[in-house]
Amino acid sequence: MTEDIISLIRENVIQGRVTQDDEGLDEGMVGRPGVTELIEKALAMGIDVRDIISNGLTEGMNLVGQKFEDKEYYIPDMLASAEAVGAAMELLEPHLARSGIKPKGKILLATVKGDLHDIGKNIVTILLRGAGYTVKDLGNDMEPQSIVNAVRAEKPQFLGLSALLTSTMVNMRDTIQALEESGLRDKVKVVIGGAPVSEEYARSIGADGYGSDGFQAVAVIESLTST
Amino acid sequence: MSREGILVSNPYERITDEQVQQIHQASLQILVDPGLICFSKKAAEIFHSHGAEVAAISSSDSPSWHIKIPEKLVMQALDNAPKTVKLGARNPDNALIMKGDEPRVYFISGSETNIWLDVDFPTYVKKSDSSVEIQVPEFHPRRATVADLCQSARVCEHLETLDGYIRTVNIQDEDITEDNKDVNKFFASLNNTTKHFMSGLTKLEQLDNVVRMAELIAGGKEALQENPIISFITCLVKSPLQFVEDTTDTFIEVCQRGLPTAVSSSPQAGTTAPIKEAGIMAQINAEVLAGITLGQLVNKGTPLLYGSVPVRARMDTLGDSYGSVETSQYNIDCVQMARFYKIPNYSTSGVCDTKIPGQQASIERLFSDIVVTLSGPQYLHCAYGLLDCNAVFCLLQAVLDDAHFQMLKFFLKTPRINQQELAETMKQIKEVVATPQKLYIRYIRQVMRSGEISAPYPFEGDGESDSVFALAYQRMNELLARPVEHIAPDTTAKIFQEIPGLLPRLNVYKEGKS
Repeated sequence: MTEDIISLIRENVIQGRVTQDDEGLDEGMVGRPGVTELIEKALAMGIDVRDIISNGLTEGMNLVGQKFEDKEYYIPDMLASAEAVGAAMELLEPHLARSGIKPKGKILLATVKGDLHDIGKNIVTILLRGAGYTVKDLGNDMEPQSIVNAVRAEKPQFLGLSALLTSTMVNMRDTIQALEESGLRDKVKVVIGGAPVSEEYARSIGADGYGSDGFQAVAVIESLTST
Repeated sequence: MSREGILVSNPYERITDEQVQQIHQASLQILVDPGLICFSKKAAEIFHSHGAEVAAISSSDSPSWHIKIPEKLVMQALDNAPKTVKLGARNPDNALIMKGDEPRVYFISGSETNIWLDVDFPTYVKKSDSSVEIQVPEFHPRRATVADLCQSARVCEHLETLDGYIRTVNIQDEDITEDNKDVNKFFASLNNTTKHFMSGLTKLEQLDNVVRMAELIAGGKEALQENPIISFITCLVKSPLQFVEDTTDTFIEVCQRGLPTAVSSSPQAGTTAPIKEAGIMAQINAEVLAGITLGQLVNKGTPLLYGSVPVRARMDTLGDSYGSVETSQYNIDCVQMARFYKIPNYSTSGVCDTKIPGQQASIERLFSDIVVTLSGPQYLHCAYGLLDCNAVFCLLQAVLDDAHFQMLKFFLKTPRINQQELAETMKQIKEVVATPQKLYIRYIRQVMRSGEISAPYPFEGDGESDSVFALAYQRMNELLARPVEHIAPDTTAKIFQEIPGLLPRLNVYKEGKS
């Protein structure tokens, strides 16, 4: 029975189905339990959270990654699966400590002051949640001081800053400076991304990392997590 | 079953109904005054026996007649000409059903060029930094051979958008003569494609041989009438307004056999037709109507296509300018005239003036392909691989053309807007706006896999380099390596037994062939 549920969770991660209303990829999926319903059921049955995460969610995402490598899956498929894992992790979060699982880390994400573009940030949010991080999305057009206040209150390991415009990317520098002035810079690693920025720009403003796209952003944060 | 082509739901119309009528009336007047000069005795006799005014021209060196075709004969012919024409195929699923009043477009190759353009990719080293190498395509023109015709038929068989095959090149091997050219070009083409095959005839004496060959392949005389796997192109009227002896005689013979034929006229605005649009339109329409009238007098109900290949003259050389904007205008006007008569239209687009594939070639051909397709001709020929004003065929270019016809066909799909679609997407909108990320990405997936999202350009390279030619070349070689369904061994044996003049090397079942 445990195996059946874990197997269904894995299958629904591959299908990218958050709830029973999602269509997934195969025909006739609507109405069948999605990842969130299956997680709730698994928790009610007392299935080990480690088992759910490693054999259900992680294994499912590994298979999704393989399908992506094989060009069977595309970015929308990866995102749908990541969204399903993210939703699952949200449900599992209160149970992690009891199972002796250390959270991967907390990340705050924001689009900087003057910039209302948030597609990239939202995609990164989904991917990071899917990778097992706790993500708090601060929103768009965020004043440096508001971001500093959030860092002080939430104590994240990472801060992700996004900008789409050349006119707003300069506010990334202001935000990092505000972190320094408030004495919080060494408490959080800052990763930036967005169309106009680059690795070189990240270095020039004192950021810790740069993600050229959503997947790269996750990879950079994973590498900074292990250092 | 037949091929789908692409149905243009709201065809673009360049001229008004009133202008269509004006052209029609002007053409009828032209057919009476000045009428046509006819170099075919047979045609003159046919017109005379049906009441046309025919007078011998004594001043001419070769026998010729002055013919005035009365309106009544023309209108009867238009009534008698079939409004639906079927072009069959070795694979019956590849048949083309063309209705004169239905703007369903079939994309066809063309059109017997002398030159075949080879391509290779030599490596160049940067002078200032010898570690930098690039591969640049080089194009090499040469006389076309029967092997080239086989190769192009093979590739055209596999080009998804290509609906029918017109022989691409004029075969000029040393062992090809005027006497054996027809049987070899028909066999080489039919043996390498299961799609419809259309061609001109080099020598009238070979007509019975190619028809017999088609009968053997189709399964007999009646089977060929049911499934006409071959059809003919006849440019019987040379502009301005002259029935040519040999092609007119060929046309008469083909019509007597009831096989489909394109009555093709190719006036050049500025030299063999007036430079003004009204003038070339009145003339080309008169020339095509004259041909259709003769065909219906020969054999009432014989299937004919309204064949239009109008071009504007290049101002620098007075050669054909297929790439000129006016050429597309004339072609669209002809599409409308053919639709007015409800006779399927054999139209032209995609030929460029430039000699090699590249930016100019892409711009010229894509422009005419888009605008002429939007007008809804039934049989759009010359659409693959033609360069240098129809003098050069390049297989690589044909592969490139297939990619843009895929885009064009996708563009012309019926809009998917209805109550059910709206209800489904309204549900999505409500769901997505309630989420924190507000992204519709998850809904892409099933739509993407259902074929409702257009494919990316197939020859897009990685990074910043332009890899279009290299990738298209790779694709061309992949298609060349794919097998084709040849004519069955027993039928091939019969063809080689019965039809004289076939080159033994074309028999794929002989030892050493594949």
